[in-house]
This record gives sequence, C-alpha cells and structure tokens, in this order.
Amino acid sequence: MSDGATGETDTSIYPSTDRVLQQAAAWRAEGRKAALATVVATWGSSPRPIGSQLAVDETGSMLGSVSGGCIEGAVVTEALEVMEDGRPRLLDFGVSDENAWEVGLACGGSVQVFVEILD
Amino acid sequence: MRQALLDRLLTARKAKQPVVLATDLNDGRQALLDAERVDGDLRLSDAELQAARAALRNDVSGRLPPEVSEDRQIFLQVFNPPLRLVVVGAVHISQALVPMAQILGFDVAIVDPRPAFATEQRFPGVRLVDEWPDDAMALLKPDRRTAVVTLTHDPKLDDPALTEALKSESFYIGALGSTRTHAKRLERLRAAGLGESELARIQGPAGLAIGAKSPAEIALSVCAQMTAALRAAPPLIRAQQPAAAQ
Repeated sequence: MSDGATGETDTSIYPSTDRVLQQAAAWRAEGRKAALATVVATWGSSPRPIGSQLAVDETGSMLGSVSGGCIEGAVVTEALEVMEDGRPRLLDFGVSDENAWEVGLACGGSVQVFVEILD
Repeated sequence: MRQALLDRLLTARKAKQPVVLATDLNDGRQALLDAERVDGDLRLSDAELQAARAALRNDVSGRLPPEVSEDRQIFLQVFNPPLRLVVVGAVHISQALVPMAQILGFDVAIVDPRPAFATEQRFPGVRLVDEWPDDAMALLKPDRRTAVVTLTHDPKLDDPALTEALKSESFYIGALGSTRTHAKRLERLRAAGLGESELARIQGPAGLAIGAKSPAEIALSVCAQMTAALRAAPPLIRAQQPAAAQ
C-alpha cells in the first residue's frame, strides 16, 4: 500500500501531497492547463491543515482537498479563472464571510487558500 | 508554480530530501530551498532564508512573521520525508501496530533476525530487516523524525536496539513490557553504562494508559503515545483525580 516514490502510505482518506503534485505535473505533461490550490492559513476549526493541496485541470477535474469538501467547488471556479489569466489569487473563506456559508464552510473555522497556475 | 521548480520539488520528494517552498502570496514568485541550495525566481533576504531553513528543521509550514518579512507575505511550505517507525520484533502486536502507523503516515521498517517471525506473508509490503538490532539500527539510522518501538520482550533483541536508539535523536523510544520487566530492563542498561537522562527517554511500559488488552488496543495506545510525543502534547489531565490543592 505504499507510494513507490516516497514510501508515504496511501491508506489515508486524503491523497498524499505527492500524489496531488504528481497529478498536476502529469496534466501539464499531457498538454493540459493546471492550477494548484494550497491552504496557507487557518483559524479555528478548519478541516485541513496548512499545506493541504488541491490540483485542478482545465476541465475542472481535481485531486486532493483544501477543506474536506466544503469549499472545493468555489476553489475550482477560481482555479479555472487563474488558468485563464495566469494571475495568482489569495482567497479567504470564513464564517464572517457570507459567501463562506453559501459555499458551505459550516465547521466554523476560516481558511486562506492560495491558487496559482502551473506554467 | 514554474514547471522547472515543480520538477525539482518532485525529484526531492522522490529522493526523500527535505525542501521548503517559499511563495510570495502577492505575485506568486517562488523559491525552493534546502540547507545549501536555492532555486526559483523569488529573491529572499538573509533573514528570510534563515527563517525558511528554521521552518524546515522544525517541520512547521506557515507565513513568515512580519519581523522577518515586513512588507510582503511569504508563505513557507515544508516538504519533509515521511515520518519513520522502526519496529523491533515481528510479533503479534506488530501486525496491528504496522497498519495503524501506516495510516498515520509512518514509513515502517520491521527489525527481526528470526526468520520465522519476519515473513513477507505476515507483513506484506513492509520493509523487513533480518539483521541483529544493533546492525539494523546502523543501517536504518533513526533521526529526529523517527520513532523506535521494541516489542520482542527478549533482552537479547530489545536491549541492543534501545541502546542504539538512545544514541539517535529519535522523537519517541518505546519499550513494551510490564512495569517489572521495564525495571529489570533499566537495571541492565544502567549496568551497561547508560545514564539516567538517557534512560528517561525510554517510554516503558510503552503506550498511554488506556487499559489496553488486545494486541490492537496495545498498538493503539503506542500510536497515541507516539503522536503525543510528535506533537509535544501537554501531559494528560485526569478529570477524576482529586485536586491536590483543595
């Protein structure tokens, strides 16, 4: 059950960071656009720790997670825009932000997510 | 992230080399660095370089504080190799401990020179080292991201493993056995010349006191204790213990 590249096990419910990065690199190698989202700060009870990553390709396919399902939809939308204009984004999701409730970060914490293109 | 930097990051991961990625959150410029080298298009000040390398050593990702990086937002992502666990003794408890530790993210190696115990059949896909524990330790070189647990109950195997583990920076050293067994073990190690501060590093009997009985429960208690050591958790407060001051 171990990931040949690193020895890191793949029994966790979340794919390892290595797998997320490898997937992003594989999409690029296939000539697809790809973006990477990374949790850069958390406050309160956030479901995923700092450094958690999500890779997204130009069709909206994704691997990894930045919240355990709460905000991935919104992050993918932003990632598609980042792939269009190439500019990185720093996104805030939290209880003080009405949008956060809309996208479903109901756990009560807040997270900051950095989204960048792979170029 | 630039393709070249991602390739270098993936190469470092494959080689199990610790690296830290610094990202300027305003413009996306990045630098990838280890203890000697820096790559990428983000230029870091000496103070920022120092802080990034400290983050790598301490295994802490996060934003650089304003006193280091005043007018910009630099995020550091630490990529360390997986945590390691060296299990001495391919015994019943190991069969529960190994998969639990793997779920926790540990890269596990089992040391047991007895061919009947350390079999691929009993431990599919796990690295088995059939050397004597002192030789095995010299081979595995436990470091500050490694935990060592001895489970054989046999002093011929456990003692040399513990002696070697104590020479390392292992963040957790546990030895299975009853309180009496552990007291005898400490006597032997003391007679062999180990000092009290070294002996105090051994968690014995290994595991948190959760009343564990079955091999799986014992494995759980050991995993919990390893996690507490890793995260430097404060000592548990026992809710039902009467307060001494009252």
